[in-house]
Amino acid sequence: MGELVTDKHVKYILSVEKRKDDFESVVMEHLRMNGAYWGLTALDLMGKLDVVDVNEVVSWVMSCQHDSGGFGGNVGHDPHILYTLSAVQVLALFDKMDLIDADKVTNYIVGLQNEDGSFSGDMWGEVDTRFSYIAICCLSIIHRLDKINVEKAVKYIISCKNMDGGFGCTPGGESHAGQIFCCVGALALTGSLDLVNKDLLGWWLCERQVKSGGLNGRPEKLPDVCYSWWVLSSLIMIDRVHWISREKLIKFILDCQDKEKGGISDRPDDAVDVFHTYFGVAGLSLLEYPGLKPIDPAYALPVDVVNRIFFKK
Amino acid sequence: MHGRPRNALKEEDTAALSAKAEKLRSLQSHFLANHHNRIYTKEALEGNAKLLENNPEWHTAWNYRKLAVESFLSDSHSDPETVKSILDEELRVVENALRKNFKSYGAWYHRKWVLSKGHSSIDKELRLLDAFQKADPRNFHAWNYRRFVAALMKRPDEDELKYTEEVIGANFSNYSAWHNRSILLSNLLKRKAEGYFPKENVLEGEFELVHNAIFTDPDDQSGWFYHLWLIDQTVKIDAPLLVSSWPSHGFNITLQGNKCLHGSGLSVINSTLPNTGTLPIILYFNQAVEGVNSSTVNVKSELLSGNLVWKPLSTNNSNNAQVWVAYLDIRNLEVQLSKTYVVEISLGHSKGIVSSSGYDYGHPSRVTFELCIQTAYTEPVEQQEGKSNSWKDDDFQKFDHLQESEPICSADQVTSEIDHIPTTSGRCEEAVVNEINQFRDLLSEIDCKIGKLTLARLLTAVDSLPSSRANNMVNTEEILQLYDDLMRLDPTHYLYYKDEHSLVLLRQITSSRDSLLPYCHYKKNAIEAFAGYVCLRLQNLSLSRMGSIENLLWVQTLDLSHNQLRSIEGLEAMQLLSCLNLSHNKLGSFTALGPLRLLKSLKVLNISYNEIGSHSIDTRRYLCSSPLSHTEEFAWDQFEIFAGSIGISAATFWEPFLIFQSLNLTELDIKGNPVADENFRSFLVKVLPTLKWLDEEDLS
Ligand SMILES: [Zn+2]
Repeated sequence: MGELVTDKHVKYILSVEKRKDDFESVVMEHLRMNGAYWGLTALDLMGKLDVVDVNEVVSWVMSCQHDSGGFGGNVGHDPHILYTLSAVQVLALFDKMDLIDADKVTNYIVGLQNEDGSFSGDMWGEVDTRFSYIAICCLSIIHRLDKINVEKAVKYIISCKNMDGGFGCTPGGESHAGQIFCCVGALALTGSLDLVNKDLLGWWLCERQVKSGGLNGRPEKLPDVCYSWWVLSSLIMIDRVHWISREKLIKFILDCQDKEKGGISDRPDDAVDVFHTYFGVAGLSLLEYPGLKPIDPAYALPVDVVNRIFFKK
Repeated sequence: MHGRPRNALKEEDTAALSAKAEKLRSLQSHFLANHHNRIYTKEALEGNAKLLENNPEWHTAWNYRKLAVESFLSDSHSDPETVKSILDEELRVVENALRKNFKSYGAWYHRKWVLSKGHSSIDKELRLLDAFQKADPRNFHAWNYRRFVAALMKRPDEDELKYTEEVIGANFSNYSAWHNRSILLSNLLKRKAEGYFPKENVLEGEFELVHNAIFTDPDDQSGWFYHLWLIDQTVKIDAPLLVSSWPSHGFNITLQGNKCLHGSGLSVINSTLPNTGTLPIILYFNQAVEGVNSSTVNVKSELLSGNLVWKPLSTNNSNNAQVWVAYLDIRNLEVQLSKTYVVEISLGHSKGIVSSSGYDYGHPSRVTFELCIQTAYTEPVEQQEGKSNSWKDDDFQKFDHLQESEPICSADQVTSEIDHIPTTSGRCEEAVVNEINQFRDLLSEIDCKIGKLTLARLLTAVDSLPSSRANNMVNTEEILQLYDDLMRLDPTHYLYYKDEHSLVLLRQITSSRDSLLPYCHYKKNAIEAFAGYVCLRLQNLSLSRMGSIENLLWVQTLDLSHNQLRSIEGLEAMQLLSCLNLSHNKLGSFTALGPLRLLKSLKVLNISYNEIGSHSIDTRRYLCSSPLSHTEEFAWDQFEIFAGSIGISAATFWEPFLIFQSLNLTELDIKGNPVADENFRSFLVKVLPTLKWLDEEDLS
C-alpha cells in the first residue's frame, strides 16, 4: 500500500489554489471558501501551512464578508452559513481571529435560528441539521455560543434522531454519515453526547466499513474516502472507533492516492480533488498516522489550533 | 467529485473542456453582473437557468431567481394565471437542474420554496417524485421531498406506509424505504391509530416482512437495523424505572463511625465514611432521567431533619443522568447510638421524574433500609501508614461463603417494592421466542454473522424480560459462545463483539451472590484503614468494557487490573469506592479517568501500565466535562501561572489538572504510562497535596 506521499499532496493542493481557469476550478467557483478551508487544513495537518501567502488568503477571505456579517463562497457571492464557518476556520488556522468582528458574525448566525431551535442556511430559509452544527461550531470558535438558544438547538437535533441511532437533515430524514457527523459534532460541542445512543449508533457506524476497508456513508453504498472523515470523527466522538479496523481503513485511504501527481480521490483510481485530499489526510490524522498533526473531531481543526482558540490569554 | 476515472485527458478532451470552462465562466460573470444590478430580464433569467443546469449547486444563482420571482409576483397583482405561469417556469428550471444533478440541495430547496408560494399542483409533485425515485430509489433528497409533499397534502401515514411496502416489495434492498417505514410506523403506533393498537397486532406482521429481506440475503444490511428496532419496540419499557439503589431495599447498615471493626467485621460499612463523614444514597434508573429532587423523591426517616439534596452523577455536568446521589451527612446528625433507624425512600407518587425522551416515571416504588450508627463520628486522625496498599495475589484470600448480613447485592435481589410491576405482555414474549426460533432455523441453514448477532441479542433480551427473572441468565453460555464465534467470523469488528462479550460476562458474574462469591476477597494483614473490606477482584477476565454497575454499588475495593478496558464509563455510580486498581489496561487519555472526578471517597488509585500519553487522538474528550464542550469553566490564566511556576506546558497539562485537582488521593500509581516522567510526577505532587504514596514511593 506504500506510504502517504505528503510532498506530492502539498504540491497538488498548491497547484489547485493557483489554477483559476480550468474547468474544475470554474465548477468549484461557488464554494471556493470551502475549498480554501479543505486545502489549507490539509496543508496544516501535513505541517506545510507556511508555504502559503497568509496575507493574500486572509484579505481574500475578508473580501467575501457581507454587511450582514455572513461570508459568501467567493467574492460577490451571497452570504451563507456554510461559507461563514469555513471563513472563520481559515482565519483560525492562520491565528488571525482578531480580524473577525465577532459581534457582527454572531448577529448573522443568531438571526438564522428559528423558533423550533433549528437553523436556516441563509435568509431564504432552508433548514438542515448541517446548519445547526455550523452555527454551533462557528459561535463556539468565536466564544459566543451563549448568544443562541442552545437548549432548543439541541432539542431540534434530537428530534432528527432515527431508529438506527443516526440523524437526518430534518425530522424524519434518513441517517447519513455526513449528517451524523454534524449532529454528533453539535452535540459534542454543547456537551450533550449523553443524548446519543452510543452503542446503537456505534454499531451502525462501524458497519459502514466494507470489505475493501473503506467506509460508506449509508448501508449498501460504495465506500468513499470522504466518509473516512464523517464516520471516523463520529466514532471517535462517541468513543467507539475501536469497533472498526484501523489498518484496513489506512490501507484504503493510501490506495486512493495519486502517487504520481498527488491528491486523493473518492475510490482507488478515480480522479483526485481537494475535497477528498483533505478528508483522506484528516482521516489518516484521526487514525494517528505518523507524521500528521492531530485533528480535533468536533471542530474539524488541528488540535493545536483548537487549543490556541480556547487557551490563549 | 465522485466516481470520475483518473485517466489523463486526451488532447482533444482538454480542448473541449477548456472551451466548456470558458463558456461556463462567461455565464457566471454575466449572471453575477445581473444579480448585483438586479436585472431580471427574460434574457438574464435564461442565462441564469443555463448556469443552473450546468451547476445546480450555486446558491447565489437560486437566490437570484427567488428575488426575480418575488419581484414578478409583486407586479402580478395576484392574477392567478400570471402567478401560475411564474411558478410553473420555476418548477421547470428546477426539474431540468435535477435531471442534471439529482443530489443538488439548492435545486430541491428551490422547489420547496416555490411550493410555499402557493403553487397548488401537488399531484404533479408525487408523479414527478415517482419517476425520480424509480430512477434512484435511495436518493435521500427525493425521500425528504416526498415526506414534505406528503405532509403538505396531508396524505395519511397509512398510504405512505403502503408506498414503502410497494418499494420494498419491488426490491427489499432499500434501506431508505425501511427507514421511512420506521418513521411512519412510529407515528402510527404512538398515536394508537386504528389498526395499530395494541402494537403486538402490528409487530408480528412487521417481523415477517423483514424476515423476507434478511433471510433472502443475510449479508444485505437493508433490513438489519429495522429488525433490531422491532425487537426494541417489542421488549422495551418506555417509562423510567428504578433498577437498583444503595443501600439496597431491605438492607441493614451498621455504621461504625471512623473506627473499624476487626475480626469478622464484614457486616459493616466502614472506613469510607470517616473519610467524608457522609453516607451516599444512590438511585440507579433504567435510563437517564431528570427531575430527581426532594419533591419527587420522598425520604421518610426519624433520622432526617431537613431535605436531602439530589445530584445527577453525570460526567458531562448534565441535568440528565441515569444515576442520582444524595449524601446523608453523618457528622451533623443528632442520633441515638446503637438505635436502628428506618429510612424509607419512595418515588413515582408525584410527577416530575422524566426520561430524556419525555416519559414519566411510571411505577410508584419504595426502597426501605435500616441504619444503625454505633459510634459517634469524630474527625479522622492522620495515621502514618507503614506501606502502600498492595494488590498482590498473595495478599488476598477468597471467602468460603458469604454471610447473609454482608452488604453485597446482586441482580437477583429485590430492588424495590413496586406497586404495579411493569411487564411486557405475554404476546411480546411470544414474539421474541418466535424470533429466536426463526433465527435458529436460519443458522441451521447458513452460517451468517447477522444471524448469530441477532440470536445473541434476542437471547439477551429474553434473559432481561421482567417475567423471566426467576430463570434469568439461562442463556448466558450460549450468548458468550455466539460472540466468540462472531469475533472469528468478522474480525473487522472484533472489538465490537468483544465489548458485547464483556457486558454479558459481567452480567453473569453479578447475577447472584453465588456467582459473585468466587470474585470476593478479603485482604490478609491489611493496614487498618482497609481491613474488613470486601475486595471485588475482576482482574484478568479479558474485559474490554465495564458494565452491570447497577449491581456493584456496594463495592468499596475493586480490582480491574489486567483487562483491556479503554474506558471506565459508568464507574461514577460506585460512590463507595475507595480503592481502585486499573493497572494493565488500555486507558488512553486523562479524560478516560473523567468518571473518577465524581468519586469523593476514592483514596487509592492504581492506573499504572496503561496507554496514557501514547495517543494523539483523544476518544473521551467530548464525553467528559471540558471547556471545549462548554461544560466546564476553566480559569486558564490562573492555570498558566501555576504551570509556569512549576515549569510545565499549560497546553499539555490542563486535562490532567482538571482530573486530578478534584481527587483526594493518598496513593497513586501511574508508572508504565508514556506520560509518567519525572516532570509529570512533580506536577502530580503539586496538584495532589493529599498524596502520600506515588508509584510505591513514600512521599513523606
Ligand atoms: Zn466522497
